[in-house]
Amino acid sequence: MITNNGNGSEKGDVLLEMRGLRIEGQSDEQWHEIVHGVDVTLRRGEVLGLIGESGAGKSTIGIAAMGYARPGCRISGGTIKFDGMELTTADEGVKRKLRGSRIAYVAQSAAASFNPAHRLIDQYSETPIQHGIMSKSQAESEAKELFGRLKLPDPDTIGYRYPHQVSGGQLQRAMTAMAMSCKPDLIIFDEPTTALDVTTQIEVLAAMKKVVHEFNTAAIYITHDLAVVAQMSDRIMVLRYGDVVEEGSARQMISEPQQEYTRDLLEVRSYRKPEAEDTSGDRPLLEVSDVTAGYGNKVMILKDVGVTIHRQRTVSVVGESGSGKSTLARVITGLLPPVKGSTIYDGEEWPRSFKERSRDQLRRLQMIYQMPDVALNPKQKIREIIGRPLSFYLGITGSAREQRLKELLEMIELPHSFADRLPSELSGGQKQRICIARALAAEPELIICDEVTSALDQLVAEEILKLLQRLQDTLHVSYLFITHDLATVRAISDEVVVMLQGRVVEQGRTREIFKPPHHEYTDLLLSSVPEMDPDWLDNLLAERQARIARGEKLAQTADN
Amino acid sequence: MFQIIKMIVQRLGLGLLTLFVVSLIIFLGVELLPGDLAEAILGQSATPETVAAFRRELKLDLPMHERYIEWLLGILQGDLGKSLANGREISELVGVRFSNTIFLAIVAAVISVPIAVILGVLAALYRNSLYDRMVNVFTLTSISFPEFFVAYILILFFAVEWNIFPSLSNVNPNMGFFEHVYRVALPALTLTLVVIAHMMRMTRAAIINLLASPYIEMANLKGISRSRIIVHHALPNALAPIINVIVLNLAYLIVGVVVVEVVFVYPGLGQLLVDSVSKRDIPVVQASCMIFAATYILLNLTADVLSIVTNPRLLHPK
Repeated sequence: MITNNGNGSEKGDVLLEMRGLRIEGQSDEQWHEIVHGVDVTLRRGEVLGLIGESGAGKSTIGIAAMGYARPGCRISGGTIKFDGMELTTADEGVKRKLRGSRIAYVAQSAAASFNPAHRLIDQYSETPIQHGIMSKSQAESEAKELFGRLKLPDPDTIGYRYPHQVSGGQLQRAMTAMAMSCKPDLIIFDEPTTALDVTTQIEVLAAMKKVVHEFNTAAIYITHDLAVVAQMSDRIMVLRYGDVVEEGSARQMISEPQQEYTRDLLEVRSYRKPEAEDTSGDRPLLEVSDVTAGYGNKVMILKDVGVTIHRQRTVSVVGESGSGKSTLARVITGLLPPVKGSTIYDGEEWPRSFKERSRDQLRRLQMIYQMPDVALNPKQKIREIIGRPLSFYLGITGSAREQRLKELLEMIELPHSFADRLPSELSGGQKQRICIARALAAEPELIICDEVTSALDQLVAEEILKLLQRLQDTLHVSYLFITHDLATVRAISDEVVVMLQGRVVEQGRTREIFKPPHHEYTDLLLSSVPEMDPDWLDNLLAERQARIARGEKLAQTADN
Repeated sequence: MFQIIKMIVQRLGLGLLTLFVVSLIIFLGVELLPGDLAEAILGQSATPETVAAFRRELKLDLPMHERYIEWLLGILQGDLGKSLANGREISELVGVRFSNTIFLAIVAAVISVPIAVILGVLAALYRNSLYDRMVNVFTLTSISFPEFFVAYILILFFAVEWNIFPSLSNVNPNMGFFEHVYRVALPALTLTLVVIAHMMRMTRAAIINLLASPYIEMANLKGISRSRIIVHHALPNALAPIINVIVLNLAYLIVGVVVVEVVFVYPGLGQLLVDSVSKRDIPVVQASCMIFAATYILLNLTADVLSIVTNPRLLHPK
C-alpha cells in the first residue's frame, strides 16, 4: 500500500522501471562497476527517495533514469524503461527529446547549474521553446505564474535577473520552476537543498513538495539526509556502495528499519556531550568583546560581537550563511583585524593582526577548516604536513619529531604508515583527521573549528565529532565551533552563540538555548531543523501559517 | 555603466603611465646605440667644425635629460619632430604609413577572426574527430613556418604560378578601395595564416574547458542539442579569453608586420621603421615606436572593456 505522505491518493501505473541496472566508472584507464544491478520501480505521481552516503551511487542511478551517464561513466547492463520506451538502446536524439520535456533534472548547486551568461527567464523558456512545445511569450508568461506559485519574490520581474543577482534559495526554486516548465512526468531532484541553510531549506522543500503534488509529477529525490527525504518521499531506498540496502515506505523506514546500516543513519544525530559543570567564574581563556569588523570600509559584517570561551569548553557559533560566523573566526585569528574591539587571551590583550602576534601566541590558537581537500598541500606527505608545526612552533626535529608524529597519528586513530602517504591517497574523513593532528601538533589551548564536518558524510562526521570530544577530554583543549548545523551544536557544545546578520541574538548554555522560550530567530532556526518524522514539514508549515493568520510576526531569514 | 566608465578612465590613466615608461625606454635605448649620430650621418670626412655645428643644430650638445624633456613636451603638443633624412615633418610622414598599416591589419582581421572563431567552435563541437585533427595540423603548420616563408610560398602560387594577385603591394592614396584591397590580398593572407592558429586554438580550448561545468550538464539534461550547447551555453562564457587572444593578435597585426611589409614592399609603418633604423633617422624611429606602443596599449584596453561588457556579473552587479 503506497500513500502520498498521508493524503491517501492512489498512484497510477508504472512510469519508470529500471531492472538490474549496472553502471561503470572509469579511473586510471580502467572500468570499475559502481552500481551493481539495482532495481527501481516508480509509478506515476510517486516520489521515491534515494538515500546514501557519497559514493553510494545515488546520483548516478538518478540520472541514469534519464538515460544519461556522466562523462567517465557508462551504463553497462540492465534495462531502463520509461513509459514503455527502452532508454539503454535508444539513440541520442530520442533521449534528447525526453530530457527536459518529460524527464527533468534539478541539480544540487543551482548557482553552478544556471548559466551565468543568461537571464533566468531565458533559461526557463529555453526548454519549452527548444522542444517546440511553447512560443517564447507563452513560456515567459507561464514562467511568471510558476515563479509566483513557488513563492519567489516579484515573480513578474525576477526572471529578468541574472543568476548571480538572486539568492541561493531563490535560485533553487527557480530551478525547480525550470524543471517544471514542460510539465514533465518525472523530475530527478539531486540533493537540491544540501547547499542551503536550514531556514531556506524549508521554503525550498515546501515549494518543491507543492508543485510535485499539484502537477502529480513523479519524482526521484536524492539526498544523504534521511530526515529531509522522509518529508518528500512516499518510498525510500537506502543505497550503499552501489547496492540496495533496504527499501520500503517512508514511514516504515523511519519507524522500523530492518538493516543495521539504516539504523546507523537514523541514529546519526543522537550523540550528546555530557553536561560540564559551570565554570563561568574562572578566568576565561578567550574573551572577545565589542568587535566590529568588515571588509573594506563600508559594510560592517560584525557589529559589537562578544564571545567568551573557558578552558576545556566548547562554544558553538551558529547562524545562516552571511551571518558573520566565519568572519568572527578571521577576527579572532588575526586574519582580519577588526575596526573596533579587543581580543583578550588568557588575561592578556593580543594584537589585532596576526602579523604582530608572537610565534608563541600563534601557536596557542590553531584552526581547522571546512574543506580538508583544500586545507592540505597536495604535494606534501603527511609527515611534512604534521611535522612542520612541530619544528616551526616547538623546534622538535629528527627522531624526536618522528616519535611525536607517531603519537599524534595514534591520537587521531590512524596508523603510523600513513606518514608516507599523500593527501590524495586518503578519504575525506581521514584528511580531516590529518587537519586535526596538524592543529594538535602545535599544542594549542584553543582550536577554532570552521564547519569541520559540513563537507563529510553524516556517519563520518559523527566519528570526527566523537574524536574531537575524546581529544578534549584527554588534552583539555577548548573549541570554538563554527557551524550552521544545529545537530552538531547539540552534540558537542557546552555553550551556544546564535548570530544573525553580524550580531549576536542569543547566547548561553546549550541546554538553556535548546529549551524554550527562545529568541524568535533562535526559534526559527531550531524549528527549521528537519526531524525524522514524515509529517514534520506539513505540520510545521501549517503551524507557521496559523501563526501568520493570528497576526504574529515570524523572524525573517537572511535569504529573502 | 558608471563603473565601466570609471574603469576606462582608470585604465587610460594607467596606459598613459605605461606610455611614459615606454618613452623613457625608447629614448634611453636610442641613446645607448653605439657611435655618434652626427658623425654617422655626416660621414668620416666631416671636419670637427661641421660635426659640432650639426650637433648644435640637432641640439645633441644639450644634456640627455633636457633633450628627453623637450622631446616629450613636443609629443604632448603633437609635434613629433622632423626627419633627419629628408627634413619633413614626421607627423605627415608617419600619418600615411600608419593608415596603410591599419588598413592591412583590418583586412587581415576581417578575414582571420571569423574564420578562426568558427573553426574553433567547430573543433570544439567535433572534438577529437578527423576534422578536429586536420584543423589543428593545418593551423599549427601555418604558424610554425616563418612569416617570410609563408609569404614567398603564397607569392609563388598566387602571383607567379596562377597570376591572381600582385606580388608587390605598392599602394598610393589615390587608389580606390577595392584596388587597395586587391593589392594587399597576399600580405593579408600571409598574416591570416600566421595569426589564425592562436585564435582558433584558444576558442577551442576555452569552450572545451567549460564543457565540464554543471550548467553544461544541466543544458544536456534539458535536452538541448549539442550545437546549441556549444554556441549558446559555452561560447558566451568563453568570450573573455577569446577576446583577449583576438586583441593580442590584432595588436600583432599592427605592430608585428615589419617582415611582411618588407617582403611585399608595402608602404606601412613597419617598413618605415626598418628604413629609418638603417638610415639612423632617430626621430622617426622614436616616433614610430611610440605609435606602436600606444596602439598596443589601446588595444589591450579595448580587450579589458569588452571582457567586462560580455560578463553579466560585472555588467549587472547585484
